[in-house]
Amino acid sequence: MNALNAAGFPLLSLLTFLPLVGGAVIMMIRGPEAAVAANARWTALWTSLIVFALSLVLWFKFDTSSADFQFVEEVAWLPQWGINYKMGVDGISVLFVLLSTALVPLCILASWNSIETRVREFMFSFLVLETMMVGMFAALDFVVFYMFFEGVLIPMYLLIGVWGGPRRVYAAIKFFLYTLAGSVLMLLALLAMWYAAGSTDIPTLMATQFKPAVQTWLFLAFFASFAVKVPMWPVHTWLPDAHVEAPTAGSVILAGVLLKMGAYGFLRFSVPMLPDATAYFAPMIFALSVVAVIYTSLVALAQTDMKKLIAYSSVAHMGVVTIGIFTVNEQGISGALFQMLSHGVVSGALFLCVGVVYDRIHSREIARYGGLADRMPKYALAFMLFSMASVGLPGTAGFVGEFLVLVGAFKVSFWLALLGSMGMILGAAYMLYLYRRVIFGGITRDELKSIMDLSPREIAVFAPLVLLTLWMGIYPSSFTVFWDASVHAMVEKHVAALASTSKLAGVIAP
Amino acid sequence: MNWQLALPEIFLSCAAMAILMYGVFARPERSFVMASMLSVGAVLLTAMLVLSGAPGTGYNGLFTVDAYSHFGKLLILTAVALGVVMSLDYAEHANMQRFEFPVLMLLAAVGMMLMVSATNLMTLYLGLELMSLSIYVLAAFARDERRSAEAGLKYFVLGALASGLLLYGVSLVYGFSGSMSFAEIGRAMADPKSASPGLTVGIVFIVAGLAFKVSAVPFHMWTPDVYEGAPTPVTAFMGTAPKVAAIVLLVRLLSDPFGALLGQWQQLIVLVSIASMILGSLAAIGQRNIKRLMAYSSIGHMGYALIGLAAGTGAGVRGVLIYMLTYVFMNAGTFACILAMRRKGRNVEGVGDLAGLGRTDPAMALAIAVFMFSMAGIPPFSGFWGKYFIFTAAVQQGMWLLAVVGVLTSVIGAFYYIRIIKVMYFDEPAPAFDPRPVSLSFVACASGLFTTFFFLFPAPVVAAAEAAAKVLFP
Repeated sequence: MNALNAAGFPLLSLLTFLPLVGGAVIMMIRGPEAAVAANARWTALWTSLIVFALSLVLWFKFDTSSADFQFVEEVAWLPQWGINYKMGVDGISVLFVLLSTALVPLCILASWNSIETRVREFMFSFLVLETMMVGMFAALDFVVFYMFFEGVLIPMYLLIGVWGGPRRVYAAIKFFLYTLAGSVLMLLALLAMWYAAGSTDIPTLMATQFKPAVQTWLFLAFFASFAVKVPMWPVHTWLPDAHVEAPTAGSVILAGVLLKMGAYGFLRFSVPMLPDATAYFAPMIFALSVVAVIYTSLVALAQTDMKKLIAYSSVAHMGVVTIGIFTVNEQGISGALFQMLSHGVVSGALFLCVGVVYDRIHSREIARYGGLADRMPKYALAFMLFSMASVGLPGTAGFVGEFLVLVGAFKVSFWLALLGSMGMILGAAYMLYLYRRVIFGGITRDELKSIMDLSPREIAVFAPLVLLTLWMGIYPSSFTVFWDASVHAMVEKHVAALASTSKLAGVIAP
Repeated sequence: MNWQLALPEIFLSCAAMAILMYGVFARPERSFVMASMLSVGAVLLTAMLVLSGAPGTGYNGLFTVDAYSHFGKLLILTAVALGVVMSLDYAEHANMQRFEFPVLMLLAAVGMMLMVSATNLMTLYLGLELMSLSIYVLAAFARDERRSAEAGLKYFVLGALASGLLLYGVSLVYGFSGSMSFAEIGRAMADPKSASPGLTVGIVFIVAGLAFKVSAVPFHMWTPDVYEGAPTPVTAFMGTAPKVAAIVLLVRLLSDPFGALLGQWQQLIVLVSIASMILGSLAAIGQRNIKRLMAYSSIGHMGYALIGLAAGTGAGVRGVLIYMLTYVFMNAGTFACILAMRRKGRNVEGVGDLAGLGRTDPAMALAIAVFMFSMAGIPPFSGFWGKYFIFTAAVQQGMWLLAVVGVLTSVIGAFYYIRIIKVMYFDEPAPAFDPRPVSLSFVACASGLFTTFFFLFPAPVVAAAEAAAKVLFP
C-alpha cells in the first residue's frame, strides 16, 4: 500500500480534506456576529485559495503522455472485502479537480456580500461541498466514489434550503430526492459489480469483463443515477428549480461542477466498464440528448427569468456532452470533455453575471432590466463574452467543444450531427435575445438609473473567468493535451472489447 | 456442568435483586439516582463478564455462548446502559423517580440475554417473557398519565396474544419434531421424511410471535400507539434493546434449527420485509408527532434488517448484525434529542417544535441532522453502511425484488427524514428549548460521534459481525 505518490506527499487527499479542516476552523470561530462573519469569509477564502494553489501541482506535474492513473494513493480500509481508500487522477479527471478548486474561491468571493445571514454556516457548507467534489473526481474506489457522490447532497441541500429564494424548500427537497433516487440504484449496481469482481477498485473493475446480459442491467442502474445528475431530458426538471432558488454561488457550483458529475460518471463507469451495453444503448442516449438539445433550447427561449433561461441552456449544453460521450470516438469524447470544462467556466460565469445584477436590483426578471450598457459598460462586456462563449462563437471556449462533438457525431451519423447542431443555432437565438433585452435599449426604470458597474471585487471574480474563456478558445491544445492519451486508450479498449464480444458471438452462433 | 457459561446472566440477576434491596432500604429521595448509577455499573460489569466468557454449550443444551451471542449481548447491554442514562433526567421531571425503573430495565436485559443465548424453545420462551413482562410494566410506568396506562395495557394485551401465538407454534414444533432442543429440531427437519406440514405451520406461528416483538408488518399495529403513549425513555429503550434481542433470536432460530426449511420461511420473511419497508416509509410521511414518526421509522428499519435474514446466508446475518448496531446508536441518539425537547419543564413532541433549531441550538440541530441523514442512508454516516451490507447480501443471493424495493423505499423514507432537517434549518425559529441536561448531551454526543465516524474504522466491527455470522453459517 502506497500512501505517497508522484508529488512526494498525499496530494489528492490533501486537496480533498484541507477544505474540511478549514471548515472545522470556521466552526470554531467565536465572538460578535459581524466579526464571526468577516473571519469566516476570510478563512474560507484563504483555505480555498491554498487548495487551489496546491492543485496547481497537478497542472504542472501531471504526465500528459500517460493514460495511467497518477498521483495514486492507497490506504487499507476494508481490505478483506476488497474495499480500500484509493485516490488518483488520469487525464479524464485531472482537469475537473482543477475546475472544482478554481471555482470555489470565485464563488466565495461572489457571495462575499450577497450572503448576509449565517455566514459562518454558509462558508462551512461550501468548504464541505468542495471536499465532496474534489474527492469524487479523485476517487479510484467505487465505494469512496459513492460516498463523495452522495455526500454532495448534504451541503447542497442546505445551501439551497437555507440561503435560497422564496421556493427554496420545494427546490431543495426535489433536488435531494431526485438525485437520491438515481444514486441508490447505482448502489445496487455497485454491489453487483463488487460481487462479480470481488473488488471495488475502479482500475480492476475497468479490466473486468461483465457478461453482456449483466451489462444491460448495470448500465440501466448507472443511467438512472447519472442521467438525473447530468441532467438528461426527461429527468431534468429538478435543475431549473434548484438553479432558480439556489444562491448565486450555489448555482455556479451546480452548473460548473455538479452537472459534470453525471457526465464524468458515464465516462468513468458506463463507457469503459460496460462496452457492450454502451454500444447497445447509444441510440437511446442520442435520441434523449437530441430531444434535450432542441426541446430545452426552445424552452429557454420562452423564459422570463434569467436564471431559469441559463438553467435550461445548461440542459441543452449537457445534451451535447452526452452525444459526444456515446459516440465513443476520440473527437466525440475529447469534445465532450472540452464542452464539460468550458460549460463549467462559462455557465458558472453566466450565473455570476445574473448574481451581479440580482445583488443590486433583487430581481431575476428579464423584463425588469434593459439598457444596462449605459450604466455598466464593463459588465456588458463581460456578459457579452460569456454569452458568445455559450453560443459557441469561434475563439471562445464554447466553440471547440461543440465543434469536436459534432465532428465525432458526424462519424456516427449525419442526422445526429445535424440535429445536434440545432443547439448552436437555437442557443444563438436565446442568448442574443436575452442579451438584447437586458443590456441594450434605453433605461426606462428609475431603479436602473443609479445602478453601479462592477466593483473591484467583482472584477477580480470575472477576470480569471474571462481569461480562461479566451485561453480555452484560442489555444485549446493546452487543455486537450491532458486527456488525449487517456481518451485514445479508452476508445481503443472500447473497440477491442466490442470486437471480442462479436467474435465470441460468432463462435457461438456462426 | 459448566455453570459459568451463564455467569453474566447470573451476575446481572443478582445485581438487579441487590439494587432492589438497596432501593427498599435507602432514603427515597436519593434512591432513584443511586439505583440508576448502580445499574449502569452492573451493566458495564456484565459486559466485561460477557467479553471474558469462553464459548461453549451448557445446562443440558439449554443455553449456549458463542461469538454470535457475544455480539448480540454486547449490543443489548450497550443499549440498556444508554437507556438507563437517558431516563435519569426525564424521571426527575415527570415525577417517576422510583428505583424500580432501572431494576426493571436490568431484568429485561437478563431476559434479552437469555433469548440471545437460547438453544432450546423453553429457554427462548422464558427469556422472551421475562423481557416482555418487564417492559409491560415500564410502558405503564407513568401510572397517573392516561396515555401511559393505555400504552401499557395495549402492549400487554397484544403482547400476550403474540406470546400465545408463539407458544402455540412452539407446541406444534415440539409435537412434530419430538423435541424442544434446537439441535434435535434441526436434525428432525433435515430428515425429509419427518419434515411434515405441521412443522411449517408451527414455524409460521413462531415467526408471527416474534414479528410482533420486532414490530414488523403486519404485526406492527401496537407500535405507533405504544411508542407515543409510553414515557419517552421507555420508548427509547423499547426501540433499541428488545428489537435487537428479538431480531438476533429470530435469526438464530430460523437459520439454525429451521435452516433446512429455508425455502418455506424465506417467502414469509421476504413478504414481511417488503411490507414493513413500504409501510414504514409511507405511513411516516403524515406524522406530526415525532415519537409516532420514530415508530414508523423503526418499522421500516426492521424491514431492512429482515432483508439480511431473508437472504439466508452468512453475509445476510453479518448485514443484520451491522445494521442493528448502527440502528441502536442512531435510535438512542435521536431519542436523547427528543428527550431534550423541553419547554418550561414540559416535554414537547411535535415535529414543528423543532422549527429553527439550527439557530436556537446549533449543536442539538447538528446531532439530529446527523441521525436523520444516517437513517436516510446517506454516506458517510453509519446508516449507509448498515444498508450497504444488507443490500450486499440481497444482491449476492440475486434477490433483486427485495433490493430494489429496499432502495426505493429508502428514497421515500428520505423524504420525512430530510423534512425534519428542513424544519430545523429552513423554518423560522420557535422559542428555544430549556437547557439540556448533561446525561442527554452525553448520549446524543456519543451516538453522534459513533454515527459520524463509523466509516473511519469499519473493519473491526465488520470482522466481529462476520465472526458472529460464521457461527450460524460456518
